[in-house]
Amino acid sequence: MSTRERSREGWAYELFAHGADVGVRGFGASPAEAFAAAALALTAAVTDPARVEPREPVEIHCEAEDLEMLLHDWLNAVIYYMATLGMLFGRFDVRLEHHRLEATAWGEPVDLARHQPAVEPKAATLTELKVAKEPSGRWLVQCVVDV
Amino acid sequence: MDPRRFERIDDTCWRYGPEGAMRVPAVIYASETLLRAMDEKVLAQLCNVASLPGIVEAAYAMPDAHWGYGFPIGGVAAFDPDEGGVVSAGGVGFDISCGVRTHLTGLTLKELSPVRERLADELFRAIPAGLGRRGRIRLDDRELDAMMAGGAAWAVAQGWGEKADLARIEDQGCVAGAEPEAVSRRARERQREEMGTLGSGNHYLEVQLVDRIEDEATAHAFGLTEGQVVVTIHCGSRGLGHQIGTDYLREMARAAERHGLRLPERELACAPLRSALGRRYLGAMRAAINCALANRQIVAALARRVFERLFPGIRLPLLFDVSHNTCKEETHEVGGRRQHLFVHRKGATRAFPPGHPAIPEPLRAWGQPVLIGGSMGTGSWVLAGTRVDGVRAFASAVHGAGRAISRREALRRFQGEGVVRQLAERGILVRSVSLRGVAEEAPAAYKDVDAVVEAAHRAGLARKVAHLRPLIVIKG
Repeated sequence: MSTRERSREGWAYELFAHGADVGVRGFGASPAEAFAAAALALTAAVTDPARVEPREPVEIHCEAEDLEMLLHDWLNAVIYYMATLGMLFGRFDVRLEHHRLEATAWGEPVDLARHQPAVEPKAATLTELKVAKEPSGRWLVQCVVDV
Repeated sequence: MDPRRFERIDDTCWRYGPEGAMRVPAVIYASETLLRAMDEKVLAQLCNVASLPGIVEAAYAMPDAHWGYGFPIGGVAAFDPDEGGVVSAGGVGFDISCGVRTHLTGLTLKELSPVRERLADELFRAIPAGLGRRGRIRLDDRELDAMMAGGAAWAVAQGWGEKADLARIEDQGCVAGAEPEAVSRRARERQREEMGTLGSGNHYLEVQLVDRIEDEATAHAFGLTEGQVVVTIHCGSRGLGHQIGTDYLREMARAAERHGLRLPERELACAPLRSALGRRYLGAMRAAINCALANRQIVAALARRVFERLFPGIRLPLLFDVSHNTCKEETHEVGGRRQHLFVHRKGATRAFPPGHPAIPEPLRAWGQPVLIGGSMGTGSWVLAGTRVDGVRAFASAVHGAGRAISRREALRRFQGEGVVRQLAERGILVRSVSLRGVAEEAPAAYKDVDAVVEAAHRAGLARKVAHLRPLIVIKG
C-alpha cells in the first residue's frame, strides 16, 4: 500500500510497505529531482515534511560507481546528518553530474512536540534499490529504509 | 506460503530443497497456520542464503520469520571457515546486537500501584528515547575505543550497574575480538552522544508483571514468581551499529566479485570469513555488539536509579541479557562431528540447551533464558533453551511477534491518543515522545506473540517458562 504526496516544489514522493520497515520512493523529471523527492519521502517516514522549517542549510557530497549506489549513499548521508546534527530536513536542492552528487539539505533541529518523530531511520538498504527511467520519461528512484 | 511446496518433517518442521544453486536445504519451523501466513519472500531469501559458500546443515527460519535484507529476519545460518564460509552484514542486520534484558524487582503489583504514575513519568524523564534525544554521556575517541573493546564490563567500570550483572549477559558482557580501528569515523560520530539511549521504532523499556508461570521449576531457578514485577529493556547498538551495517554492506557488495562470489541479489552481500574484509567486518561487528551490551547496561542503570528513589534499598538483579542480531563463533555438533562455525542469527535468539558451559552456573541446569519481546498491549515471554531429541537450528529460537500490518497501514487504522487511552483502560501506562510512533506500534499492528512462542515451544527450539504482561511502557 502506498500514498502519494507532493512536496512544496511539486515533486512526487511516496512510502511503500516492507515488513517492519518502510520503503521510500521519489519521482522527478530528472534523476536529481527524483533523488530530492526520495529524501523528502525519508523525512515523511519520520514526520510530516510540511511541519519542518527549511531554516538551516547543510551541504552534502557523495560519489559512487553507479546511480543506484549513489542513491543508497545519498540517503545514508541524509540519515547521518539527521542523526549527528539532530535535525529534520524539509527541502533538498540536488545537483547531479554523472555519478557525483552535490546537495543542500534545508531543515531545523528536531522539535519533539511539533514534529512527533515516529521512527529513527537506521539505514538506507540495498533492498528494492532501484533507479529507473519510466516509459513516460519520468525518473523513479527507491529503496527500503530500516527504521 | 503454500505448505504443499514443502516436505513436512513433523508437526512444526518444513523442509524445501536443496534445488538449483542451493548447497543445503531451507528449513522453516512454524505451525501450519504461521507458515501459511508467512511472506513468500522468506523462502526466496532462505534459498539464496542456502546457496552461499560454506553454509552448513541448512538455512533456517524461525516461526516469526519475515522478509529481511538479503537474509530473512528470523533467520539462522552457520558457515564453516574451512569450507570457504562467509560472513554477511545483511545476515546480522543494521541494529547489530539489538536485544532484550530483564531485571527482577521482587515487588508485587500491590507495592507498585500507589506510585505507578510517578514511576512512569520518572522513567520517561530519566531514559532518553526517540529521534534527536541525546544521552547525557559524551565520549571522546579514547573512551569510544574503550567502550567498544569493553562492552558492559566497561560500563560497570564507569559506575553503571553491578559487577554481578556481567555473569548474566551473553559472553559475560564483553565479546572478544572487537576491533575499534575497523570502525569508521562516521560510525563513531553517530555514537558519541548516544550511550544510554533507547532509540525508537519497536524499542522500549517496560515494567511488566509475571502473570503466568508455565514451568515452575525453571521459573524458580530464574527468580520468576507469579505476581512479581520485572523490568525489561529492548534496544541495540544505536548509531554505531547502524553505521557499521551500512558501511560494510556497501563494501561487501562492491567486493563480492573480487572474492569470486556470484550473488543472486546485491543485498546478499558477504565476504569470506578468511578474507581481510571478512575479518575487518567481524572486528567492527564485535565492537558494535559490545556497544549494545554497554548501552543496555547504562539504560538499566538509569532505570535502577529511578526505582531506588521510589523504593529505597531495592536492587533489581539481572535475570539475563540476550542479543538477537549477531554473528558468533560457536562449536556445534554437525553429523556427529564437532565443528567450529560462525552462526548468523538475524532476528533470532541464541538458546543454549541445559548443561551448556556458556550458561552461568546457577542457571546452567535449566537452559539459557530466552527473552521474547511483545509490543505494548501484547505480552512478552521468558523461555529457556531446550534439547528434545537434539539441538535445533544451532540452538536458536524466536525473537518477537513480528508485524502483521505495515507502519503506513497502522497509521491509517489507529490514532495515537486512542491507543494510549485504550491501553490505559487495560491498566497499561504508555509514555512516548510521539503519538504517531504509538499509532505505528499499536498492539494490533503485530502478530500474535503467543502463537509464535507456542510454535517455538512445540518445535523444540525453546520451552515456555513464564508470560509477562506490561504495566508501564516507555517508547521513543
